[in-house]
Amino acid sequence: MIGRLHQRFRALRVTLWTLIVPPTGWAAHFLFSYLWAAVRCAKTGRYVDAPAIFWGGTAAALLVILASGWIAWVQARTPGDHPPHEAGTDSDRLRFLAYATLLLAGLSVIGVVFTALPVLFLRDCR
Amino acid sequence: MRAGTSRRGRLAIVLGTMALGGCNHHQSVFAAFGEEAAGINYITLVMVAGGMIVAAGVAGLMIWAVRARPGALSLRGGERLILIAGGLIPALVLAALLVFSLPYMRPRGVAPADLRIDVTGEQFWWRVAYRPSDGTAVVSANEIRIPVGRTVLFRLAGGDVVHSFWIPGLAGKMDMIPGRTNDLPVRATRAGRFRGQCTEFCGLSHALMAFDVVAMPAEAFDRWLAAQRRPAVASADPGAALFLRHGCGGCHAIRGTAATGTIGPDFTHLAQRATIGAGTLPNNEAARLRFLREPAAVKPGARMPAYPQLPETEARAIARYLGTLQ
Ligand code: HEC
Ligand SMILES: [Cu+2]
Repeated sequence: MIGRLHQRFRALRVTLWTLIVPPTGWAAHFLFSYLWAAVRCAKTGRYVDAPAIFWGGTAAALLVILASGWIAWVQARTPGDHPPHEAGTDSDRLRFLAYATLLLAGLSVIGVVFTALPVLFLRDCR
Repeated sequence: MRAGTSRRGRLAIVLGTMALGGCNHHQSVFAAFGEEAAGINYITLVMVAGGMIVAAGVAGLMIWAVRARPGALSLRGGERLILIAGGLIPALVLAALLVFSLPYMRPRGVAPADLRIDVTGEQFWWRVAYRPSDGTAVVSANEIRIPVGRTVLFRLAGGDVVHSFWIPGLAGKMDMIPGRTNDLPVRATRAGRFRGQCTEFCGLSHALMAFDVVAMPAEAFDRWLAAQRRPAVASADPGAALFLRHGCGGCHAIRGTAATGTIGPDFTHLAQRATIGAGTLPNNEAARLRFLREPAAVKPGARMPAYPQLPETEARAIARYLGTLQ
């Protein structure tokens, strides 16, 4: 089952666009957080009485980033050319892009968590 | 000049200035007289200490890395070191410092019975209105008094342009924006005379837009506020009539007289204030005379006309009269 999935992952195309999926998820979550707080405060004047939307958005962002990180992790292990995997071949380029995506996913998870933490502590709109 | 001594001399000046900075007791976060500023002071210390520990750790690792024999780490070991020391530990340390600091962002709770003080930033002075819970208002300017040990809510607004309200020893700073109000709840912990300052560039005399803050024991404050409600005592002083005749009352109010202007600071109890011109000059007769003669010479861009044409005796009489407004 997982093996099949990994086969599928390896067949996916890796481009500079897939590389920026995790940081884009982080940026979207950042924007979402600000919009959510601003709209809530402007409309109701109260801060966290139903943060379900916020935690839903946060979970969605984390899901996208983790999924992209997992795919990248599998792709970065694609068998092919010999180590040290730094030649200009297709397989080495794939490994490089996938590994960079994986590192960005790690950073983006931390970014999203740090952005979301204040909601646990803030209690009103001031 | 010999380079050695001058360098040492310069170092002494730098260190001496830094040490003397610690002597600032009237306008400094490090001389806190309020709970909010004490909290800011504390998290600053913890953050600086945390940063120093991290810096020391990084420096230690760098020394080790420079001294280590080639091959001291296996490929696996090196990768693990980067993952743990370069990724996990920094993320956890930063998360811990973040979680530690976040509760300090919660503003203090305010009850309806708490004293509210409306402060409006004007070019280049402060309009102040005390609003106790009984609904009345006591108008003043350029000096703010607060009771020790009670919650006070500052409601801040901008009268013309954006200003920023900062009493470093009491709380963090907050912007004063035309068209909206910002709330800053505070609680003073010790009595004394302190200083606040505008911290958003607002025009030529921005740097001369300061104010005195007097924290008083609660009972003394209540007595003071009750006395502030009184209008000025009717005065036969020739200065009183001159003040009205020359139109000062079109901009400055003295409650209980025909002077009801609200364009400039309220003068009902002017003589109680320690400074004039929003913390710029001491409040004495010579300084008042100088200010009313040519405000822009004291505060460039000040929004008060100059009175060079006033006869000297009349200008003096007005300056003296303002000193009787207890
Ligand atoms: C057009 C309005 C206007 C008129 C008329 C005017 N003033 Fe003023 N005055 C102001 C403003 C505005 C300030 C605040 C200036 C500042 O600090 O930047 C001020 C400040 C002052 C101050 C310093 C007060 C303080 O609380 O620090 C004194 C004293 C003063 N005026 C005296 C006079 C006298 C005396 C007259 C009449 C001869 C007069 N003013 C007429 C607008 C006016
Ligand atoms: Cu200013």
